Amino acid sequence: MTPLEPGRVAPGLQRAVRARGIELVPPVPPADDSLSRPPSAVDIWADRVFRHGARVIAWGTVALALHIVWSIAIVAAPSVREHGFALVTHSTWDANRGEFGILPAIVGTLYTSALGLTIGTMFGVAVAIFLSEGFLSSGVEALLRVLRVAEHPFWVRLPGAIEDALRATVELLAAVPSVVYGLWGIFVVIPLVRPVADWLHGHLGWIPIFGTTLSGPGILPASLVLAIMVLPTISAISRDALSEVPPKLREASFGLGATRWETILGVIVPTASTGIFGAVILGFGRALGETMALAMLAGNANVMSWSMFSPANTLAALLANHFPEAGKVEVGALMYAALVLLGITLLVNVIGTTIVQRADARLKGLR
Amino acid sequence: MTDPEAVDLRDLERSLRQPRSLFSYAMSLLTGLMTVAALFPLFSVLYLLIVRGGRQLSLAVLTELPPAALMPGGGFGNAIVGTTVMIAIATALSVPIGIMAAVFVAEFGAGTKAASVVRFAAKVLTGLPSILAGVFAYASVVIVTGGFSAPAGGVALAVLMLPIVLLTAEEAIKRVPARVREAAIGMGATPTQVVLGVVLPTALPGILTGVMLSIARAAGETAPLLFTALFSDYWISRSAPAFLPKTPGDLMKPTASLAVLIYNFSSSPFDNQIELAWAAALVLVVVVLMINLAGQILSRRSARR
Repeated sequence: MTPLEPGRVAPGLQRAVRARGIELVPPVPPADDSLSRPPSAVDIWADRVFRHGARVIAWGTVALALHIVWSIAIVAAPSVREHGFALVTHSTWDANRGEFGILPAIVGTLYTSALGLTIGTMFGVAVAIFLSEGFLSSGVEALLRVLRVAEHPFWVRLPGAIEDALRATVELLAAVPSVVYGLWGIFVVIPLVRPVADWLHGHLGWIPIFGTTLSGPGILPASLVLAIMVLPTISAISRDALSEVPPKLREASFGLGATRWETILGVIVPTASTGIFGAVILGFGRALGETMALAMLAGNANVMSWSMFSPANTLAALLANHFPEAGKVEVGALMYAALVLLGITLLVNVIGTTIVQRADARLKGLR
Repeated sequence: MTDPEAVDLRDLERSLRQPRSLFSYAMSLLTGLMTVAALFPLFSVLYLLIVRGGRQLSLAVLTELPPAALMPGGGFGNAIVGTTVMIAIATALSVPIGIMAAVFVAEFGAGTKAASVVRFAAKVLTGLPSILAGVFAYASVVIVTGGFSAPAGGVALAVLMLPIVLLTAEEAIKRVPARVREAAIGMGATPTQVVLGVVLPTALPGILTGVMLSIARAAGETAPLLFTALFSDYWISRSAPAFLPKTPGDLMKPTASLAVLIYNFSSSPFDNQIELAWAAALVLVVVVLMINLAGQILSRRSARR
């Protein structure tokens, strides 16, 4: 029987143990070659220091998040005091005359983000369904069956491997730096889109969104590139939401005689809709803050137009273009613009994160 | 009178004559096509980079200074050095802080309110637009030190790397089996010894994945460097070898980076500079994709274990 150590046992327990006739003996010191030993005083102190250090650093992360808001706000404060709300409603930006207005940039940010998000969502959700419903692996499997190698130990792993490869490829879309997408957009997307844009303007020019010609950079090419950049975010989070749907729902639907797409559109997508909606909101947050693709493709013109082909400006692009050469007064106004951007993106991201978490919790209840 | 419960079996037939089945097949085809279309940009970018950038690639391009307008030749050696230096600064700042904070969130403070506050802050930081990281570094480093510099760029990149390192390290630490920890505690190890001797080494592959993903992201970031590190046409140090900073003063001046070089040269009216932008983009994308792939392989391996 393992001897009990008198010092480590509560007095009441000691009495109870003795009453049962069990002997309490002093601890046996561990053998010299044993790795196990009680912590020394140094160990205990090192432990305390390390644990407090980890706690302080963890709170430091929270402090950093707050400090970012605070440091931008403090530099923006004089400009906020001077311009007040007028900066948000004013529409010219002329540093030489000290006129600062970010209304066109706000409108441009929302326009490009909304358009990019619409395109990105359509494709992103399609990719998510394609990846989560096993279209590819079942297709490859059917092909292997035709070739009569579906049971072969090597080929049997192929469907899964191909699906993994496709998933990794979609993730690589997000890995390409945005400045490279911008460069690609200038030399590929703009020449590709221009004939289409000119045709639409020529034939349907009376519709406001086709109201101008595409003279090079503009909202449409910028939004297309933006769509590519938000697609991986949307498809990854939607795929998580879709694969969280309990299999029994799908099986029940098939059992009732529904086709694959009746099941997807009638059961799976509605069940995962909150998660997909959260994914779209997070994609929106990403689109709002995206800088380089827009600075290179949107045209940096402080104009407001309904037309998809008109050049525009966004908050992030405004910052990117004016900051490097800004004087002290302009920096203040730019900091104000940064504060507005920070406010919008923080709001959108907090809403998106909350929705995704809620959706997770709701699906857990279904299981 | 027919039985209302009866089912016409022909309705359940799976063939193209049935509108329901036809719709299903058509939608499957459409999703497949949309997935292919979604991947088109990736392959188009890679193709153009290899064709336009690959044509330019040579040792001179990797080691020489950027050319002035209308000058032939040149390269972006200083931008490669600048990117490396700033990534090194950002890694040195963000990785220790990120791992320590992750240790708190996943280990010492696991399940407490403090841990969820820290995790929420990290999630909010992941959504921070990269340009605002630049604005932050401008306000807290450039204004304070009085000029554009490599450390300012490094701080901006570190802000973007920190939440990625923290959240992936947290996941990796959580995946360490509880019995491993308990075995160490049973041997008389303090919580610190458990973390340093057992948990972190076990979680290392996962943590490294996060570090690599964050480095890959930071290497491609342009917006936070535009007005923190700015750009420079010169080497980081005046004396040879010019790619090593000798004094702290060498660091405290505008520094070139690959990403900003691509941005600056992309709108250049001179062909030579545009071609250099393509070559720089090729180098950047190859490096970023390699780090990314390595990270993904590492994470898949550790997940399998």
